[in-house]
Amino acid sequence: MRRLRHWGPGLLLLSPSLILLAIFVYGLIAWTTKVSVSDEHNARGSKGFVGLENYTKLFTNDINDRFTHSLKNLLLFTVVFLVGAMFFGLLWAFILERGIKAEGFFRTIYLFPMAVSFVASGVVWRWLMNPNKGDNAGGLNAVLGSLGLDFAQSTWWTNPNWGMASMAIPAIWQLSGYVMALFLAGFRGIPQELREAAAMDGASTYRLYRNVIFPQLTPVALSALIILGHMSMKMFDLIMSVSGPQWLTEVPAIYVWQTLLTSDYAKAAAISIILLLLVAVVIVPYLIYTNRQEKNA
Amino acid sequence: MTAVATPPPTIETLAPARKPKNRGGVGSIIKYALALLFLIIVLMPLYVLIVTSFKSGSDIGVASQWNLPDKWTTASWEKAWTALQPAFFRTFQLAIPVAIISSLIGAANGFVLSRWRFPGADIVFTLILFGMFIPYQAVMIPLREIVTTLGIPPGITTLVFVHCVYGIPICTLIFRNYYATTVPEELIEAARVDGAGLLRTFGRIILPISIPGFVVTIIWQFTSAWNDYLFAIFLSNTRNGPITIALNALAGAQSPDYAASMAGALITSLPTLLVYVLLGRWFIGGLMAGSVKS
Repeated sequence: MRRLRHWGPGLLLLSPSLILLAIFVYGLIAWTTKVSVSDEHNARGSKGFVGLENYTKLFTNDINDRFTHSLKNLLLFTVVFLVGAMFFGLLWAFILERGIKAEGFFRTIYLFPMAVSFVASGVVWRWLMNPNKGDNAGGLNAVLGSLGLDFAQSTWWTNPNWGMASMAIPAIWQLSGYVMALFLAGFRGIPQELREAAAMDGASTYRLYRNVIFPQLTPVALSALIILGHMSMKMFDLIMSVSGPQWLTEVPAIYVWQTLLTSDYAKAAAISIILLLLVAVVIVPYLIYTNRQEKNA
Repeated sequence: MTAVATPPPTIETLAPARKPKNRGGVGSIIKYALALLFLIIVLMPLYVLIVTSFKSGSDIGVASQWNLPDKWTTASWEKAWTALQPAFFRTFQLAIPVAIISSLIGAANGFVLSRWRFPGADIVFTLILFGMFIPYQAVMIPLREIVTTLGIPPGITTLVFVHCVYGIPICTLIFRNYYATTVPEELIEAARVDGAGLLRTFGRIILPISIPGFVVTIIWQFTSAWNDYLFAIFLSNTRNGPITIALNALAGAQSPDYAASMAGALITSLPTLLVYVLLGRWFIGGLMAGSVKS
C-alpha cells in the first residue's frame, strides 16, 4: 500500500502515454505481424494462416527478384549516404572547431537544409540531377561541364546500376549539417584541461587531434551513424519526391506503399516487418548501450 | 596549438570555446576557402529554387537553369499559392495542435521519468524510446484499418492524433533530459516537505520553469508535423491533407511546371525556415535530443 502511494501518482500521470504506446506501437506491430503470416492478398481478405510463406516468397519467388532488388538499392543508398554525411559533417565541424570568424553564420547555413522537408528539397534535386549531358546539360551536369569536368557528368539516379548512389546526394546535402552539429557539440564537450595537458606535454596539433580529441568523439560518431543509419533504412519521402515510385529507385519502404496500392496486405505487412527488424537490429543494441552508459555515469 | 585560451567552455553546446585566432598562413587560407566553398555548395539548390520561381515561359529550361530570370515575374508564385493555399492553412491546423499537445504530454512523462525511479523505470523508458525509431510502415496497415472501421474521416484530425501519439517518445526524451539536468533535486525535496504531491509539484513548480523545454519540443513537433509526408500519404489525400501532399501533387506530375513547383517548394518551406532562422538555437536542441544522450 505504501509502495502504491509512493509510485501511484507518477504512474497515473504516465499511464495514458503508456497505454497509447502499448496499443499504437506494440499492439499494431503485433497486428501487422499477424497480417504478415496470413493469406490476406486482396481487399476481400481471407485470413488463413500461412506461416512464414509470405517472407520466404519475398526472397525466393518475387517477380524479377523485386524485393532483393529493393534491398540492394537500399544498401547502396545507405553506404553512400552514411559515408558522405559523416565525411562532410566531420569536416565542417572540424573547420568550425579550428576557429573561424562569423562561425554562427556558417553554422546556420550548413544546418539550414535540416529545416526543409524532403518533399520540398526533392523538387529542386530532381531538376538538379537532370540526366542531360553536353550542350543541353543543366543542374549538376552543367556545373561539372563549366568546370571542365565533362567526364564526370552523369545520368544520376536514372543509371540502372549506380543510380541509388546519386539518390544519396540530396540526403547528404540535407543531413551533413546535422552530423556537423553533433560533432561540434562533441568537440566542445572535450574538457579544456585535456587540450592543455596535451599542449604541456608538447604534443603537436596533429598528435593532439589523433591521440586526444578524435578518440573522445567515438561515442558521438556512433550516435550519428545509428541515427543516420536508421533514417536511411526508412527513407521514403525523398525518393518519392525525386523519382516517384519506380523500379529503378525502389527501396523496401516504397515497396510497402506500392504493394498496399494493390491491396496485397499480407505481402505489404511482411515487407514492413522485415524493415522493422532491420531497424531494430541497429537501434535496440544502441538503446541498451546508452541506457548502460547513463547508469554508469 | 601553442597558446591555450583561458576561459573555460560554457554550457552552451555549440558556442565556440575559444576566440578564433587570426594567425594567417596557408592553413588559415585553406580553412576559409573550404568553409566558403561548402557554403556555396549548400546554398546552390536554394539559388536554383529562388531564381526558377521567378521565371516564366521559355526562360524555364534545363539548359538555362543557373541563369537569372530574363524577366522577373511573380506569376508562378501566384499559381503555386492558389494551388497550395488551402493545404497551407490546413497544415497550421495540424502542426500547432500537435506541437502543443505533444509538449504537454512530454512534459508530464519526462518529469515522472526523471524523478520517480519506480521499479523497471529504465525498461519502460527504453520501450517508450523504441517507438520513435520504428519505421511507421510497420503500424500503417492496421492503423488504416482502424481508421476505416471506426469511420474516422481521413484528414487533419486523424493526423493530429497520430502525430501526438508517435511524438510521445521524442517529447518525453527531451523533457526527461531537460528535467534531469536543470531542475535541482532540492526544489522537488522542498515541495515534498511542504506536503505537495506529485501533481501539484508538477503544476505549480515544474511547469513554470519548463519554458526552454517547451520551446524545443514545440519547434520539433511543429517541424515534424509540417514536414511529414509518410503519415499524410497514408491517412489523407489532396482534398484534406497537409501541404506536403499538395506540393507533391503540384510538382510530381509527369511534366510539371518547374517555376510553379519551385515557388511551391519555397512556400512549403517558409514556415519551418522562419522557425529555424528565428529560433535556431532551440531548433538545434531538438536535433541533439534525437541522438538520445543528453
